[in-house]
Amino acid sequence: MNTSSLSNLADKAMSESPTRKAETPSARNSTPQFNVAMAAAGEQNATPVIVEAEKINLFYGTKQALKSVSIPFHQNTISALIGPSGCGKSTFLRCLNRMNDLIEGCRTEGEVTLSGENIYTKGVDTVMLRQRVGMVFQKPNPFPMAIWDNIAYGPRLRGIKNKAVLGEIVEESLRGAALWDEVKDDLKKSALGLSGGQQQRLCIARALATKPEVLLMDEPCSALDPISTLKVEELMRELRGAYTIIIVTHNMQQAARVSDTTAFFLLGELIEMGASAKMFTDPSDKRTEDYITGRFG
Amino acid sequence: MAMENPATSQIPVAGGAATLGSVAKNSESLSATRKKPLEIALFWIFALCAAVTVFTTFGIIAVLVTESAPFFREVSLARFFGEKEWAPLFNPPHYGVLSLICGTFLVAAGAALFSLPMGLLAAIYLSEYASPRARNIMKPVLELLAGVPTVVYGYFALLFITPLLQNGLESMTPTLQRVTGNPNLFPTIEVFNALSASIAIAIMTLPLVASLCEDSLRVVPRALREGAYALGATKMEVSLKVVVPAALSGIMASFILAVSRAVGETMIVALAAGASPKITLNPLESIQTMTGYIVQVSMGDVPHGSIGYQTIFAVGLVLFCITVLMNLASISLVKKYRHKYD
Repeated sequence: MNTSSLSNLADKAMSESPTRKAETPSARNSTPQFNVAMAAAGEQNATPVIVEAEKINLFYGTKQALKSVSIPFHQNTISALIGPSGCGKSTFLRCLNRMNDLIEGCRTEGEVTLSGENIYTKGVDTVMLRQRVGMVFQKPNPFPMAIWDNIAYGPRLRGIKNKAVLGEIVEESLRGAALWDEVKDDLKKSALGLSGGQQQRLCIARALATKPEVLLMDEPCSALDPISTLKVEELMRELRGAYTIIIVTHNMQQAARVSDTTAFFLLGELIEMGASAKMFTDPSDKRTEDYITGRFG
Repeated sequence: MAMENPATSQIPVAGGAATLGSVAKNSESLSATRKKPLEIALFWIFALCAAVTVFTTFGIIAVLVTESAPFFREVSLARFFGEKEWAPLFNPPHYGVLSLICGTFLVAAGAALFSLPMGLLAAIYLSEYASPRARNIMKPVLELLAGVPTVVYGYFALLFITPLLQNGLESMTPTLQRVTGNPNLFPTIEVFNALSASIAIAIMTLPLVASLCEDSLRVVPRALREGAYALGATKMEVSLKVVVPAALSGIMASFILAVSRAVGETMIVALAAGASPKITLNPLESIQTMTGYIVQVSMGDVPHGSIGYQTIFAVGLVLFCITVLMNLASISLVKKYRHKYD
């Protein structure tokens, strides 16, 4: 794919982070977790922690869906969340950008920090949060409008009106999502005319257009054919350097192929988390082993 | 047609001992029992029911055309659409149907002006903002409005809305005089006027618009809303920029249906809008709509077979054509704006 435009995107993301820090100085100052994160990073010889969930308990009404889940996610890595259906991995993912707020009767306890800032404290603007933590869904959900407008939707929400600037973002994002060459002549056509795989890459491009720091992907390939899946996986690997990606997947080969670390969920609990290479060859928990070898799930 | 080949498709899995011959025999006896007379009878009953609607439509067209044919032999189309006055029972008669069309659209447009935006906003509230409890109370109440007989709305317009408008305008007269600087300005609302009929029709069609719009907003996939929220859209941005455009086809259809209802509404206009056909855009005056005219003549003592009597078929034909055109417009709009979600 087009690596030059990708590194371009990465540069922009980097160059933008100082201004973001300037936006919320108070929150940045009080970051004791940051040191912890650095320490952890040193241990694993990895990048600092960008998103950290701590003791997340989540309830749908009275039913507890997540039980004291704590996971750190390192910057510019791909983390996979695996586990059988109903284990809470998607629910957990949706905690990270507070999408669960939209669900009636859903209550979350615990903390999620984004660059040291708790996103569950009062007064956090979910609108700002979701612009920093993008999301791609299980089923492609392009808006019923032109391809161009789909991509420009996020930047427009942030108040960018200049057509030329928007056009640049659209091209950059589509290139970033490896879709530009396929749609560059049809930008004014409805996004609903694209194939499923193209639609999903469009949704990824749409998420990239807001230049998020973190990209959440909720089974992004489950509705796609193998070739489209491969393309999206390739894309994830390319985005890895510039974004922190957290992906929920049912496909364990996929988790093994694309992710740096893997977390295994069972019945609302985090059973085990570690480097994917180790998780898929030598898991420390019996239940993890049973699941990845296909004994249940 | 559908039962064409049940025998071959429904051969039961034969037991291990069954030979080829016995299977064939089985399938023969199956085909004999499956073609029950009931199946055939049902086919024709269903087909007949479907055909009734089609035959009725063609029957109406046939009656309208044959009954209005003598009228159009007498009165040319140029006169029918060219004259400015509608007075078929006067001497000399005038046959300018435009004044009835004008009255119809004045009332319908007035009603649409109130009911379409209000209905859509109510639908957005119900679908996107209201708590489930509020929605469960409000939607049935709203739909209750649709069940009120139109004659009740007619009296409501004549005996409640019109006096209200008159009093309102009276109390506003000094202000109007000051603003316009004209001390002799005394705007009046006639007892029969297009405005109060419009308002009553708006109230009548409001639940239709709100309910249909709400239905089409609600079927917009949740995934689409989440997609917009995930990009950092506010509730308003999600509702107005994603959900409403996605539901546009249903919204359009409900709008056109509501306008069709307003154009065809009879009882309210017959009671409240008056019986003085004229070409005007002033909603405070008494007017007459096509439906109002048809009621007036049907109820009156115009002799059957006279040209005065035939006018109602000519007017009915025009009304029918307008409704058909609006339906066609609705179908093409729905097609144009429809988005497929699986």
